[in-house]
Amino acid sequence: MRLTCTVNGTTRQVDDVWEGESLLYVLRERMGLPGSKNACEQGECGSCTVYLDDVPVCACLVAAGQAEGREIGTVEGLAPPGELHPVQEAFLEAGAVQCGFCTPGLLVATDDLVSRSLAEGRTPTDPEIREALAGNLCRCTGYEKILDAVRLAADRMAGDARQPGGTR
Amino acid sequence: MQFLQPATWAEALEAKAAHRDAVPIAGGTDVMVGINFGRLRPALLLDLTRVADLRQWDTDDGAVRLGAGVPYARVITELGDRLPGLAMAARTIGSPQIRNRGTVGGNLATASPAGDAHPALLAAGAEVEVASVRGTRTIPVTEFYRGVKRSALADDELIAAVRITPPSGPQQYSKIGTRNAMVIAVAAFGLALHPARRAVGTGIGSAAPTPRRAPAAEEFLAGELDGLWDSRAELPAATAARFGELVAAAAAPIDDVRGTARYRVHALSVMARRALTWAWLDYRKGDPTCA
Amino acid sequence: MSAPTRTPAGAPSAVGGPGGRIGDDARRPDGVLKVRGEFAYGSDLWMDDMLWGVTLRSPHPYARIRSIDVGPALAVPGVHAVLTSDDVPGEKVYGLELADQPVLAFDVVRYQGEPVALVAADHPDTARRAAARIVVDYDVWEPVTDARVALGHPTWNQVHDSPAEVTELSRESADLHPHGNLVRHLKVRRGAPAPTADVVVVGEYEVGMQDQAFLGPESGLAVPGEDGGVDLYVATQWLHVDQRQICAALALPPERVRLTLAGVGGAFGGREDLSMHVHACLLALHTGKPVKMSYNREESFFGHVHRHPATMRYEHGATRDGDLVYVKAEIYFDGGAYASSTPAVVGNGGTMGIGPYVVPNVHVDCYGAYTNNPPCGAMRGFGSVQTAFAYEAQMDALAAELGMDPVELRCRNAMEQGSTTPTGQVVDSPAPVVELLRRLEAMPMPPAVPTGDDVDLRDMPGGVSNTTHGEGVRRGVGYAVAYKNVAFSEGFDDYSTARVRLEVVGGEAVATVHTAAAEVGQGLVTVEQQIARTELGVEQVVVHPKDTAVGSAGSTSASRQTYVTGGAVKAACEAVRGQVLELAQRGVGRPVADLRLDGGKVVSDVEGIALPLADVLGEEVVEETVEWRHRPTESIDPETGQGFAHVQYAFSAHRAVVDVDVELGLVKVVEMACTQDVGKAINPQAVIGQIQGGTAQGLGLAVMEEILVRDGRVQNPSFTDYLIPTVLDMPPMRVEILEYADPHAPYGLRGVGEAPNISSGPAVLAAIRQATGLPLTRVPVRPEHVTGT
Repeated sequence: MRLTCTVNGTTRQVDDVWEGESLLYVLRERMGLPGSKNACEQGECGSCTVYLDDVPVCACLVAAGQAEGREIGTVEGLAPPGELHPVQEAFLEAGAVQCGFCTPGLLVATDDLVSRSLAEGRTPTDPEIREALAGNLCRCTGYEKILDAVRLAADRMAGDARQPGGTR
Repeated sequence: MQFLQPATWAEALEAKAAHRDAVPIAGGTDVMVGINFGRLRPALLLDLTRVADLRQWDTDDGAVRLGAGVPYARVITELGDRLPGLAMAARTIGSPQIRNRGTVGGNLATASPAGDAHPALLAAGAEVEVASVRGTRTIPVTEFYRGVKRSALADDELIAAVRITPPSGPQQYSKIGTRNAMVIAVAAFGLALHPARRAVGTGIGSAAPTPRRAPAAEEFLAGELDGLWDSRAELPAATAARFGELVAAAAAPIDDVRGTARYRVHALSVMARRALTWAWLDYRKGDPTCA
Repeated sequence: MSAPTRTPAGAPSAVGGPGGRIGDDARRPDGVLKVRGEFAYGSDLWMDDMLWGVTLRSPHPYARIRSIDVGPALAVPGVHAVLTSDDVPGEKVYGLELADQPVLAFDVVRYQGEPVALVAADHPDTARRAAARIVVDYDVWEPVTDARVALGHPTWNQVHDSPAEVTELSRESADLHPHGNLVRHLKVRRGAPAPTADVVVVGEYEVGMQDQAFLGPESGLAVPGEDGGVDLYVATQWLHVDQRQICAALALPPERVRLTLAGVGGAFGGREDLSMHVHACLLALHTGKPVKMSYNREESFFGHVHRHPATMRYEHGATRDGDLVYVKAEIYFDGGAYASSTPAVVGNGGTMGIGPYVVPNVHVDCYGAYTNNPPCGAMRGFGSVQTAFAYEAQMDALAAELGMDPVELRCRNAMEQGSTTPTGQVVDSPAPVVELLRRLEAMPMPPAVPTGDDVDLRDMPGGVSNTTHGEGVRRGVGYAVAYKNVAFSEGFDDYSTARVRLEVVGGEAVATVHTAAAEVGQGLVTVEQQIARTELGVEQVVVHPKDTAVGSAGSTSASRQTYVTGGAVKAACEAVRGQVLELAQRGVGRPVADLRLDGGKVVSDVEGIALPLADVLGEEVVEETVEWRHRPTESIDPETGQGFAHVQYAFSAHRAVVDVDVELGLVKVVEMACTQDVGKAINPQAVIGQIQGGTAQGLGLAVMEEILVRDGRVQNPSFTDYLIPTVLDMPPMRVEILEYADPHAPYGLRGVGEAPNISSGPAVLAAIRQATGLPLTRVPVRPEHVTGT
């Protein structure tokens, strides 16, 4: 079947999609966007987290056809080419990236958490961070530096938000 | 494999009538796992995510009519005040990503004994509204579960909604998992106090071939509370303990990779005792949301 | 043929900034690609016209193959090849230490999940459906599933030096391999043969099968070459040992089997053995097309070796004052169907099996057995994780028996520099076991168990599942200390190769470091840059993609790469530096005193010289390739276990604080504290990351992680039922790093990756025992163990 949707702001159309394929497979194998990762394909690890109409979901559990006409946001679209999103920068600075396979999903989940908190005029507390990221498994870091990175990103983004013209 | 994406409820029912082996898909949290691992090869996938009606909830004659396609995340944020028991259950389900997609309707359709919503639905006395081109019928949730992953749904029917009259008293939900997040229930327990009708509702998960109530425990407790509803006096510890034992006695669990039958029975007795203690404490405080 | 569209990245990066030298928190050169989703892992590789390969695996743990009919699979449209063992042109078996594992099963399958046939098709689902149509006729046999039964040791054999008697049980067990079911028996004999002591504690312990559970599945892309050879891009831990085994299976010389490291999504030992490597190459050579293979999570559980389950019996004797007099230990590792690295695991389990303590009389028997369970091999901590659970539980039991503080007992018997190990080796570098424990004791404790209105469910055992608001919750505190050999032992020729080039690019001196050392996430690429910057005084250091165009670097395992490949890079840099300084002196026209490289210049403070490196080099390209070895070790005496077996030890200690709901058996780890001697922290941030990550894997084994195997069949091959810690399971951690230089190692460093994985789990167990008052001799601890259900 043919699938048309918007990915990272660009309309994409692919043909010959098998109806049983997941959105993750379509992104990775048909659209050349392998940033979303295929660690479990059963919704248990969060490595494939993408935005589906602004809501973070596991792309492995979205049937390709369900994405028809929808807006998808992946790790590749977090920042403009050549730039880094504050969450990406914070993960690098805090040493939250080791093998990096969980990183793309964590970045999307973190961006969602921090954005929602800032929209309420605050930064997330540690228990909130832990509950919000409990669906993103990491096998390398023991999560400590990921927590550091989220706190750092939240503080930076809160600072940016207070400045006129500041970006998210 | 075919993929159908009806835009309206009527179209969805027509499609299901025409293709009775079609597998409905909403959040995809069960169906896609089956497809990804080659265990499920439906001839037709019937995507229900475009049926707007399914994604709404409203109130009707004091009851909440929860569309089958409302994701758990919205149950938590939008219905936490009206249906705290179901919201507590929803908070234990999978990850935030799963709660953004998974639905109570899907939980019912899968009808797994481990489905997290079931104990809360049983305790609240919910009803399942199912429909086909033949018409709509309402099935008490107690009669909905028919076996391991089998339900009362006919092969031309789809789940439209769940109707839940908010219990008039406090509710609790407890679940055992061997990790502090993202677990399938080893055992689960839902409790609702219904002071308005002087009744008690229970629900047991992951401890029998189907989710089930603990009727003897309900009757026992309703009897014990008979003089206490009005006085809001302290609940004797022995009553809570006995209630726990009766809940555990209603279970018929098995040994599996997630836990032993003995542990499940034991855990149910502890969860039921604690849940009752907390609920009664709330009731005694006269929590205005539970009056 | 061209390289894959998405090629592996070991590329340099603009990020990294100044200060990326030894001892700095330098940034990863692959970090920017990783956070952008542009880093090409094995599963991301893709080429036009490529095919997908899948594996058909045995459903039975033990069976004879009567026949295989591939016809129905070949008939499926879109299928390009179906291969069996008959299609393996070279050696039909492979293995790290013993070649005993079939590339594809022939005659007999010995474990559930053993590869039997391969399919290549134009869509992965087509390949899967075709594989399901292959008809294999099996004659199913009764599997051998208990290591001690397999060896004919149904009872503890502690007091015997002689081989175990053959029993009825063992006669019933078929020999799984022509050489029998014993992979290795290691004996350590030191001191008196039959010592006695005032106080004796005996314990039997069991450790379940842990999985590495790396997130990036086994994956790679094989591209047929025009020379009849093959290029394999693969996520692995040791390119050259893979190459050796692939060459044997394909009957091709090394120059026609070229490997390049694809991005690796974690390893932890699970990529030391071959998985899809030969299979993808076979399909590519057979079809003449690029073939990608990428396991899903379920297949991954069958596609790599696991940590050996162990059963252990320990007897500790001590004086009334708490001095250890003797330790006797009998240790059984279940190696599963094939040897993998079982011999070396037995080596570690036996030689370090009593922990970092000084004991005059030691009697250890350590066995590795074949069974029809899943093959077991390398996992972080390698043979030391299992024994640490036992010996640390014994130390606590002994302390209780003596009425002593457990930390006091440990300190009293702790190994130190100059101590002699049970294998007769004198510890010839710092061994600060006492200081590690004392520093832990001195750390502040976390706040008390939350109660009443302060309760946040996320802090309670059970989390938001709302099982307790404080009811039944008891706190426990536990300590554990462990040690682990770094690098390969027992006389293994352990070396690494580094090629370092210095040249002028765009007016600036740029160094290129080329090694075959696998970057699996630990940050070796960062360390390679830091060493080159330090030794060559340049800012720009390119890390060449890891491939077999340069000599072997040895495995990314045994906490060895910073030591061994770091040593090789340092040595190669020194050779390059020698040449550059010579060039400089030639330019000056005379010998110059105190000449060194710093800040992109050739400098002599004494003579006031500072020549830009770019000017000194001009058109010259200075390149050196160095093969570097750590000092040699010895094989141990087969009867006594005595010998200089290990080149270096790493030491770490943990304190765990846990809250246990004793009524429901649920555990919340409240805090983990760790002290570790790292010799020299080359990259402190990365060192702490290793300690935190290792701690998490130890905690996971302690309370939740186990591959459940019943009758040789895996019950939980998924992330739904094989649980690893989430961020709600990991507590805040306190980490203190000690830096006591090892004079024998480059920069004085010590390998860091494994030790914290060894001491964390036993500390958690000790804390749970304290909270519950239960002996808890099996890990992982399940709610059933705590509640007696």
